[in-house]
Amino acid sequence: MTAFWVLAPIMVIAALGILFVRKAVHAALLLAVVMISLAVLYAALDAPFLFAVQIIVYTGAILMLFLFVLMLVGVDASDSVVETIRGQRVMAVVAGLLLGLVLVTGVGQISLGAGVGLADANSGGNIQALATILFSRYVFAFETTSALLITAAVGAMVLAHRERLVPKPTQASLAAQRLRDYQDKGTHPGPLPPPGVFARHNAVDTPALLPDGTASEASVSRVLAARGTVRSAPALADDIEELQRQIGDAPHAGRTGSASAEEENL
Amino acid sequence: MSVTPYIVLSSILFTIGCVGVLTRRNAIVVFMCVELMLNASNLALVAFARQHGNLDGQIAAFFVMVVAAAEVVVGLAIIMTIFRTRRSASVDDASLLKY
Repeated sequence: MTAFWVLAPIMVIAALGILFVRKAVHAALLLAVVMISLAVLYAALDAPFLFAVQIIVYTGAILMLFLFVLMLVGVDASDSVVETIRGQRVMAVVAGLLLGLVLVTGVGQISLGAGVGLADANSGGNIQALATILFSRYVFAFETTSALLITAAVGAMVLAHRERLVPKPTQASLAAQRLRDYQDKGTHPGPLPPPGVFARHNAVDTPALLPDGTASEASVSRVLAARGTVRSAPALADDIEELQRQIGDAPHAGRTGSASAEEENL
Repeated sequence: MSVTPYIVLSSILFTIGCVGVLTRRNAIVVFMCVELMLNASNLALVAFARQHGNLDGQIAAFFVMVVAAAEVVVGLAIIMTIFRTRRSASVDDASLLKY
């Protein structure tokens, strides 16, 4: 019972957390806490097979599926707080409290006794005993399960399928489109110029310089231009005189002095 | 060992799942709360299996898990389809049948 009294408060707190957290990802992680704790409780209740299945199927497969869909839908798709039916939240909480009260008092009042325990049923091993029942008394339900799983797989494929509305663009059609753009709008048909490569900076946020010394707008990404993080290429050369003053070497003093100084630094 | 505490815990978790389904607006979180209710019922099944000393309850819990897995696959695919067409995962936005 130690496992139960340790895990029960954790499970209730995590389950309550699902009601109150704003982000769906946090709700999924709290649900994982509840499910793993449940797996431990199954182990404590002499159900080692269900312990493994709970971990593998629920925590491993179902919760990963939840997280996957959350990623596709967008993590920031959080709850709206607007009530469409007035007073629905309060009514739901009151109804939930009443249901919980009825269930807990009802269950708490019956005396179940000490219980038989599964030592007898599990004597030949839990998994062997489960298999014996599953493939004899419940074999029809087990076979029906296969139909259910196939239906679910086909259903998910049909629902996730997306009909292609336009034909797939081929390399030839893309090239033709590029030249048509050149003919109609004068768009350059070749690749865009690469970003500027300078001695002191060659990241993608530096524009390339045109022959007349102006920066080429096409050489930096439009995203960087929209964010305003494009560097000004001439500004990279602004502090050259300052650096020359710092190393104490006039521009026309000859190269031998600075070359030997560089060798000493190396 | 009495299993009454397990059944009480199972009832509490089921109630929390119920309230979650009724109050949350995000379809995915509503789905998580349904999973919580299924898990709570599983706990009751396993606890009663121990109480009665036979394994039928564990088999039932196993079938519940299989059905839940199939249900999650189809349900999440439906949520994805709704999100793709309506750009929203809120249960209030899927209200075309009301009009």
